Amino acid sequence: MATSLTPPGQGTPVGKLKPAGTLYRGREGMWSWVMHRITGVAIFFFLFVHVLDTATVRVSPEVYDGVIAQYKNPVMGLGEAGLVGAVVFHALNGIRIILVDFWSGGTKHQRKLFWGVVALWTVLMVPFLIRHLTIVFTH
Amino acid sequence: MSAPEQTPGGSYAPALETPRSPYRRSRSTHTNWELYGWLFMRMSGVVLIVLVFGHLFVNLMTGEGIHQVNWGFVAGKWSSPFWQVWDLLMLWLAQLHGANGVRTIINDYAERDGTRFWLKMALYLASAIVIVVGTLVIFTFDPCADPSQTFDFCRPAIDNVPTVTSPNS
Repeated sequence: MATSLTPPGQGTPVGKLKPAGTLYRGREGMWSWVMHRITGVAIFFFLFVHVLDTATVRVSPEVYDGVIAQYKNPVMGLGEAGLVGAVVFHALNGIRIILVDFWSGGTKHQRKLFWGVVALWTVLMVPFLIRHLTIVFTH
Repeated sequence: MSAPEQTPGGSYAPALETPRSPYRRSRSTHTNWELYGWLFMRMSGVVLIVLVFGHLFVNLMTGEGIHQVNWGFVAGKWSSPFWQVWDLLMLWLAQLHGANGVRTIINDYAERDGTRFWLKMALYLASAIVIVVGTLVIFTFDPCADPSQTFDFCRPAIDNVPTVTSPNS
């Protein structure tokens, strides 16, 4: 990934001698890329832990129930909300990436697609958070 | 129109393609692994959206949400080949998709050859362990293993024994 590229029309202004630097100033394009990486890595590490905690079903019901009980306290409940938020963003932005790659209008509309991702993320997360946090905090 | 194999410049000069020769990005014997990886990320991603959203909905939104998840809940799901296949597919696709994503990130940020090599070796080892352990767990799990369970699907074997009858019936 060429992080030092400066998008057309956003080069160093006339009179400013300092180079543009190494930050890829692609606005929505850059931030969706950064968030896709961060959410992807976070989900990857959770997947590792989650497969191992699920593997304790083969030890005994008591051990598995003890491990899973850790996921049911309010602090972990908030962590699960964050994890689902990361998963939903990664999924929706993944669809955006596919559209940018395969849809003829994808590159032209990539910024609108990013705000579509943000809007759809909000639409999905609000009912999820109401339901999940109610379960976590009122059980 | 036949294309000459080489330019008239001599045998040591690199062959110059004629203007009408078909475009080839690389004339080496490289495989297309990066193309297949790129395509896999998109195809597995679409499938994972269905699998992971379904997984999250059934486990966190139905019933008592996170509080319903215990050994008996898992036993109930994995007594059905439907959820066994669902979870197996989700395990393999998610781990391969995630491993390829982290591989890309290692390639981007680990600048020293040795660091890059060993980080990727650790990644491949961890991914292999997760896939093997996860697959074995799904296929060797016995939902009727717990003596205190009262699942319907564990009962037929007991009902087939003629001497066992309910005292209240």
